[in-house]
Amino acid sequence: MQVTDQKLEVAIGRMLQTGVLLAAAVVLLGGILYLLHETGPRPDYSHFHGEANALRSPADIATDAFRGDARSIIQLGLLLLIATPIARVILAAVGFLLERDRLYFWVSLIVLAVLLYSLLHAF
Amino acid sequence: MSTPEFSLGILLSSILAGLLGSLTGLGGGVVIVPVLTILFHVDIHYAIGASLVSVIATSSGAAAAYVREGYSNIRIGMFLEIATTIGALFGAWLTIRVPTHAIGIIFGVVLLYSAYASMRMKHNLHGIGMPDALATHLRMSGTMPGGDDGPESYVAQRVPAGFSLMFLAGSLSGLLGIGSGAVKVLAMDQAMRLPFKVSTTTSNFMIGVTAAASAGIYLSRGYIAPGLAMPVMLGVLGGSLVGSKILVHAEVRTLRIIFAFVIVALGLEMLVNSIRGIF
Repeated sequence: MQVTDQKLEVAIGRMLQTGVLLAAAVVLLGGILYLLHETGPRPDYSHFHGEANALRSPADIATDAFRGDARSIIQLGLLLLIATPIARVILAAVGFLLERDRLYFWVSLIVLAVLLYSLLHAF
Repeated sequence: MSTPEFSLGILLSSILAGLLGSLTGLGGGVVIVPVLTILFHVDIHYAIGASLVSVIATSSGAAAAYVREGYSNIRIGMFLEIATTIGALFGAWLTIRVPTHAIGIIFGVVLLYSAYASMRMKHNLHGIGMPDALATHLRMSGTMPGGDDGPESYVAQRVPAGFSLMFLAGSLSGLLGIGSGAVKVLAMDQAMRLPFKVSTTTSNFMIGVTAAASAGIYLSRGYIAPGLAMPVMLGVLGGSLVGSKILVHAEVRTLRIIFAFVIVALGLEMLVNSIRGIF
């Protein structure tokens, strides 16, 4: 199949939309569970403490989400959301490779390296 | 106020922010942060974390619609993302080190600039001047759907200036949790002299990748509170999807003017609050 810029962009656009809808569905599910449990007074966000460690790392979030913890399910949805632009860069890199555009294949890999550095350095 | 009432209040505000953000092209992030801090007394760090995820959602959510129009340029976007993502890392690094009041002041200034940018006439500078050598080497050119004469071709100019502005846009995005679409459009439309439609649609694509570069750092530092990010993300996404449907049918000039005043008011409020906080 001939890969063109237009086809590549349409594929990327669809992938992003699917990813966002999936992420939103997971966040909504977690949100409903969260509101069923949390009926007390509103949480105080006026002073910054930082969230609990269990809500900070992808591995902990995934483990607790599958146990049914509402907050972790929301965070899992947000992680899926953060992953959509990263998947976009990967898909573009593959597309450029198929187009035999070496220059932009490397440009995509540089962007991907910065994104992965931020994720891996952070955790 | 109970948790469900609080969440509902945030959800409704976020829907409005997403709606207005997409109608004016400024994005929801620039509105939701001041609304959370001023109206709901949320610490600016939590507000920034929640806004950042909503910025990714609107960017990725609108991508399919933008692609269909055929204006966005994937190569120009990808190359400039080198600058915006490195800028975003720098911005996220700064957030931890800069005092809260300083963040508030910078945010206020960015709000005032955004209001100005949204009202600015769309000067069409493209075609004026010579394409630079770098743009030719990097093949930063393309064609876009034109009027009666068929597809119109364009080529980027002043790539180094555009690249530097993109680093600034990325830094502001990482520091303030906004998409900084206004600065991205400035870089492409004014500095690189790309057609306005190409600038805005390519900017939308870049916003998600830029925000993702700092979102990982924000999450690991505990800036993203699920109870707060949930209504913000769902609300801004929903509002912006509705907004982009209305945009096709409605004349938004009046709304744009009203919204510019809202942004100026929020910007002044943030500036005054932050300056007062220092003394």
